[in-house]
Amino acid sequence: MADREINPFATQATWFPRFEKGVFWIFRLATYAVLLSGFAVFGTIVVKGAGTVFTTRAPFLNVAFLTQAPETLYVFEYDGAKHELGAKDYRAFRETEEAKAKAAGKPAPKFESVESIVYSSGGIFPAIVGTILLVVGSMAIALVLGVASAIYLSEYAKNGPVVRFIRLAIINLAGVPSIVFGLFGYGMFVIFLGWNVSLLAGWFTLAFMVLPVVITASEEALRAVPRGFRDASLALGSTKWQTIRKAVLPYALPGVLTSSILGVARVAGETAPIMFTAAYVVRDRLPWQVSQVSDFFFQGVMALPYHIYVVSSKIPQNVYTERVQYGAAFVFLMLVAAIATGSILLRNRLRGRYQW
Amino acid sequence: MVTTTPVMPASESLDPSAPPRPAANQRLFDSIPMRATPVTPARTVIDIQNLDFFYGAKQALFDVNLALEEKRVTAFIGPSGCGKSTLLRCLNRMNDLIDGTRIARGSIEIRGIDIHRRDVDPIELRKRVGMVFQKSNPFPKSIYENIVYGLRLQGVRDKTRLDEVVERSLKGAALWDEVKDRLHESGLGLSGGQQQRLCIARAIAVEPEVILMDEPCSALDPIATAKIEELIHDLKRDYTIVIVTHSMQQAARVSDKTAFFYMGKLVEYNDTRTIFMHPANAQTEAYVSGRFG
Repeated sequence: MADREINPFATQATWFPRFEKGVFWIFRLATYAVLLSGFAVFGTIVVKGAGTVFTTRAPFLNVAFLTQAPETLYVFEYDGAKHELGAKDYRAFRETEEAKAKAAGKPAPKFESVESIVYSSGGIFPAIVGTILLVVGSMAIALVLGVASAIYLSEYAKNGPVVRFIRLAIINLAGVPSIVFGLFGYGMFVIFLGWNVSLLAGWFTLAFMVLPVVITASEEALRAVPRGFRDASLALGSTKWQTIRKAVLPYALPGVLTSSILGVARVAGETAPIMFTAAYVVRDRLPWQVSQVSDFFFQGVMALPYHIYVVSSKIPQNVYTERVQYGAAFVFLMLVAAIATGSILLRNRLRGRYQW
Repeated sequence: MVTTTPVMPASESLDPSAPPRPAANQRLFDSIPMRATPVTPARTVIDIQNLDFFYGAKQALFDVNLALEEKRVTAFIGPSGCGKSTLLRCLNRMNDLIDGTRIARGSIEIRGIDIHRRDVDPIELRKRVGMVFQKSNPFPKSIYENIVYGLRLQGVRDKTRLDEVVERSLKGAALWDEVKDRLHESGLGLSGGQQQRLCIARAIAVEPEVILMDEPCSALDPIATAKIEELIHDLKRDYTIVIVTHSMQQAARVSDKTAFFYMGKLVEYNDTRTIFMHPANAQTEAYVSGRFG
């Protein structure tokens, strides 16, 4: 008769496996919660915004929304039917109807319960243009300043207390709330330098806001370039600047761009820094409609995030305002995605060229 | 391969108190094809006098006196941390680039000119004293662009001149036949040994007088190593070569003169044959016969 089999690997009856499983489930649920809220945000914007941006008839795109300036929406009853018209169309409609009535010798037609809702008709074209201009300009400034100071910090400066202090300052700058940057820009550029509310002031304010990210990431990218490249270049009799220019910077560029992509999203999305420095609630003229070139830099622009803020909190809300709110949010998301995709493609191309 | 077999059984080499075995060195040399013909003294190119070198507060070189001869291969040997690479990097002032390094005393003269003189530009010095590094470091560019890098820095634009230099340098580095059909492909596509020869080609493209090699074969397999060693032998016709190596066999195979360093001091400097066969110093003898280091 064989002894009863003893299984040394049998599960030990303790509380621990069950506890482990419970913790594991908490982690899993946390992840799902994050995912779910993400989907909820994107889903709402996409579902509601798509209704504004796309149409069911060809060309399936609400061209007016993407190419026109905002208008006041007029909602009224006329002739027993309910009409929704933008300001221009409303005026034209009214005039023709009145003229028709006059010609027929009838009394002036009655427009009943006329409601005007600002910014809820027309499109958001000036805001799209303004946002693109703000992003491009401020990223250009941030990259030039950021890469330059990163080169100085990581290649030229001797690592001493001064450099340590500068690094600390940069890290602290990254933690400053964006509204503070907005106030700084207002005090510095708008008032002290007298640039008024202008593209230029917005560019610099936004650039300063993303500078810490750009500098830190650029330094990281510069450090990641193998020492061998520098040594080889210097040993061939190149100056320090030639070495940086030819043997370091090209190989750091993909890394710099990677981090800048994050900067792009932030620059495009921040409202606080531009509301004192660059953004107009509404502006009919487009940025290139200026009488002389210098005016271009000293004009305020509309910007998508600020426009969203205005249409969602600065005007009385009703069923007619939702259209432009979600439409603008949807276009904004798409725009940021497009700019980010552009930077990613550029980075990948550079990476292909300068891989080591 | 004969050259890669250990010279002594490991158990013997571990015992420092073992009595000296005169036959050991003889065996080393029997096993290595010595190409270095007995050296006739040549003109001194680099003259190092009483050199004391510091990394911060730590002294790395102590009173080094050494005269390197023209168109000879001089090997620096010694255990890790003995200062041989430091000295090599002094010769083209690559140490200037490291914070906190300084030469406290002594001088290095190349062709009679102290390289630390105020009117010596390290950039110009490095054009005359090229360097090949331990880890092959071609730029992630085409083979062609790697080689013309130095010339482009000097502002050479003439296409025919660049083409000429590329061909001459690659031939000089015994790489031409292997890469002549793919000059515009990335230098990183080459094998380790080819990459190192590309680096040598890049160094000789700017026509230096002296080539410094910092353990150029330490990352290579024996066949690639043999090719580089052959190349060093050929380069000797036109260049003065200083090579730092961990492999005593390599020093014996490629060099005419050998300098043995220990703890930052130059222990012995002589013809390679003498250093290996009849070292004057007991430490040298112990090191070259593999009893320490």
